[in-house]
Order: sequence, then structure tokens, then C-alpha cells
Amino acid sequence: MDASTWELLLHAVGPLLLGAIAGTIPLTLISFVVGLVIALAVALARLSSIRVLGWLAGGYISVIRGTPLLVQLYIIFYALPSLGVVIDPVPSAVIAFSMNVGGYAAEAIRGSILAVPRGQWEAASTVGLSYATTLRRVVLPQALRVAVPPLSNTFISLVKDTSLASSIMVTELLRRAQEIAAPSYEFLALYSLAAVIYWVICTALSFAQQRLEQRLGRYVTT
Amino acid sequence: MPLVTVRNLHKAFGDHVVLADVNLDVAEGSVTVLIGPSGSGKTTLLRCLNGLSHPQRGLVTIGDVTVDYSTNPNRRELAALRAQSGMVFQAHHLFPHRTALENLTEGPVHAHSEPLASARTRGRALLEQVGLADKADAYPSELSGGQQQRVGIARALALRPRLILFDEPTSALDPETVGDVLAVMRDLADQGWTMVVVTHEIRFAEQVADHVAFLDGGLIVEEGTPAQVLTSPREHRTRQFLRRVLDPLAGEPDQNRS
Repeated sequence: MDASTWELLLHAVGPLLLGAIAGTIPLTLISFVVGLVIALAVALARLSSIRVLGWLAGGYISVIRGTPLLVQLYIIFYALPSLGVVIDPVPSAVIAFSMNVGGYAAEAIRGSILAVPRGQWEAASTVGLSYATTLRRVVLPQALRVAVPPLSNTFISLVKDTSLASSIMVTELLRRAQEIAAPSYEFLALYSLAAVIYWVICTALSFAQQRLEQRLGRYVTT
Repeated sequence: MPLVTVRNLHKAFGDHVVLADVNLDVAEGSVTVLIGPSGSGKTTLLRCLNGLSHPQRGLVTIGDVTVDYSTNPNRRELAALRAQSGMVFQAHHLFPHRTALENLTEGPVHAHSEPLASARTRGRALLEQVGLADKADAYPSELSGGQQQRVGIARALALRPRLILFDEPTSALDPETVGDVLAVMRDLADQGWTMVVVTHEIRFAEQVADHVAFLDGGLIVEEGTPAQVLTSPREHRTRQFLRRVLDPLAGEPDQNRS
């Protein structure tokens, strides 16, 4: 690489980091939180004794997991306008990513709820707790410990998946790199820099995951 | 009038009858011990008293709450029945993410809206009563099996129930901790608590029970005072069971054993 490439990279670091801080990271956080709410609702519907709810939840998971995220994104942003529904790029991305997390995390949450022993539900009911209170105070705190590893996977995947939003004109990290690379033809340098930033974010999250697992495991001695 | 009445309780899985039209009365302030071989229906009978098990039909009355299982009672009716009793489980089922004291305050505070301060005061007193005053802030995983079970008993007491149900409270314990748990149960009996206990501890039944019922094949085969049922049983099946439990080595060979 010659000096001008280095200089371009030096000038690109700022805008790319801005793309991460103002685009990638908030997009990830908002979509993940909304996605978890959807996932919990879908998981509870799947576990429900009301059959129709189970079918609806199963259908939702099947559609989300059986179709590419990029296609889901295109349908929301490019196809819905033909039905008269026009949604801006950022909200479109949040909707697509949240629904996607909702589908994937639902199974992780369902599995983690099933991993809580039946006796915990029984004990909670004998001390008088309602279904909702039992979930909130007894089952979910214990399920969380089991759910952290798979949910962390979903979260880290989501960080990288948000790069797909560049294809619907959301100014996030990859879009910034494209914008700077296109006029200069320095694709290798800029896409590599973008890759490094993604890697740093994801590695930091992996460390955070380990800390969280230790914290949640503190009442369990093995 | 008895505190608990059970009438014609019937439960079956397909052809397998778990409880065959069982009737039982439990007097207020009495200790009733249910004994019998595994699969005899004694634990199921106990779990029908608080709606954890759902028989096909039968009537359970505790105090002024009656549940008629043949009418498919809803969640609220079962909760009303359940609120009459506290339950001590074989595997204690303490909440592992809560300390001993928090296990005791969970129900009073989050189900019955008792102020936290008052629930904690009562909780500490109950832990002291079961000999665990110094373990209030310990997590269940930091306690021995016997200590966990005593927290389980205190958790049941914290609900201020009309009676306490015990489902084989000492069966999962190391032998050296069984005595501590039985001592706590004896104290409760002395204080006048109404208790229904499923157990294999025949000595405990002899010394503490007011009423003993022997179940086999979903039926109460024989019931009466400990002296009647345990010392001079009338039924062959009762005698056979007691021989096996009291002296496992002397029992006749089990035909199911290979």
C-alpha cells in the first residue's frame, strides 16, 4: 500500500467509526431489544396450551427462519410500497431485524424455559404466585442463565447482519466504507478496515458474554 | 367437623388406576401419615389436596373451600384450594436464585401483598424456628440437604396455611440429616399444626402421627391410630409392607426383581 492509501484510511477511520456508533450499534441494540420482546411472546405462544397460538407461533418461526434476511429486508423496503406502505430506511431495517431476532431467539427462549425444572413451577404455585409472577420472578431469571449463550450468538450475528441495511440506504458502517471506497477504488483497504471494526465490536461482546455468564451463575456451585 | 375431607377421589391413566374412590378425613390439629409402597397412590393423593394433581373426579374440602374435580375446576378455584396449605417437596424445590430468607418472603410479598419488612421479620423468626437463623442470606446451593429441606418447611410456614403437606420430605436426604428435619416436623406437630405426611419413616409415624393410612393399589387398605395400623395391622398387605420397610433384609423376595 502506498502513502496515499494510508492517508485515505487515516481519514476514513473517523467516518467509519461514526457509522458504527451512529448506525450499526444503535440499529443492533434497538432491534435486539424489540426482537427479544417478540421472541418472548412467540416462545410463550409456542408453550401455550391454546393450540391456535402454538400454530401461529410455529408458522412465524418457520417463515423467519426459512427465508433470507436480505429478502425480508427487501420485502419491507422495496415491496411494501407497491401496497401503499412506505417505510423509511432506518425503521424498515429495525422492523426486519427485530422480526428476525424474534424468530431465532424464540426457540432459544422456549428451550431455556423448558430447561427450568417442573418443580419450580409447582413450588411457585404452592406459594401462591400467579402465572405471570412465576414467569417474571422464578422461571425467567433461571432460564436466562441457560439462554445467554444462544442469545449472545444471535446478538453477535445481528451486529454483522446490520451490514445488510447498507443495501436499503441506511448509513451504517459498511455503507460509509462503500461511500468512501467508490470514488477512490480503494475497496481492499476500506472493506478491510470495516471488517476490523466489526471484529473489534464482536470480540468485545464475546468478553461481555463471558462476564455475564459468570455473574448469572453466581448462585450455582458446581 | 374435619379440616380436610376427601370424597371419592378417582384418578386413572387409561386402564391404570392411581386412586380408586379414596375417602379421607383429617382432623384439625392432627398429624396424618400416609404410608404404602411406591406407586400406591399416596403422593398423588397428597397432590390432589392442593390441585397439583388433577383427578378425574372427587371432592376435596379444606376449611370453607371445596373443589369438585369432576367439574374441571379452573385456575382460580385451584389457587383458592392451594392457598389453604403449604407444601414441602421431596426435592425441596427451593428457588435457587434467591437466598433462604428471600425464598420465605417470595409468596407473602409477591402473591399476598405483605409488606416486605413484615415478611422479612416473620421470615427470620421462622428460620430461627427451624434452626437456621444464621443462614438467612445463604443461597440454597450453599446449604446441606437437611438445611435446604428445613428452609422448605419454613417457606411453607411463611404462607400461614391451614395445614402443611409433606411429600416424602426425608427420602432424598443423607441419613445423618434426616433427624434434623424430623425434629422440626415433630416440633410443628407439638405446636398443633395440622399435617399430612407421606413418608417411609415408620418410627416417625409411630411416635408423631395421630392417624395412619396405608395405601396400596390406589386404595386405602387400612387406617387408624399408629397402634392399630403399625403395631397390630389387620390386613395381610399392611403386615407384608411393614416387614419390608422395617427390615429390608428380612423381606420376602420381590417377585419383580430379577
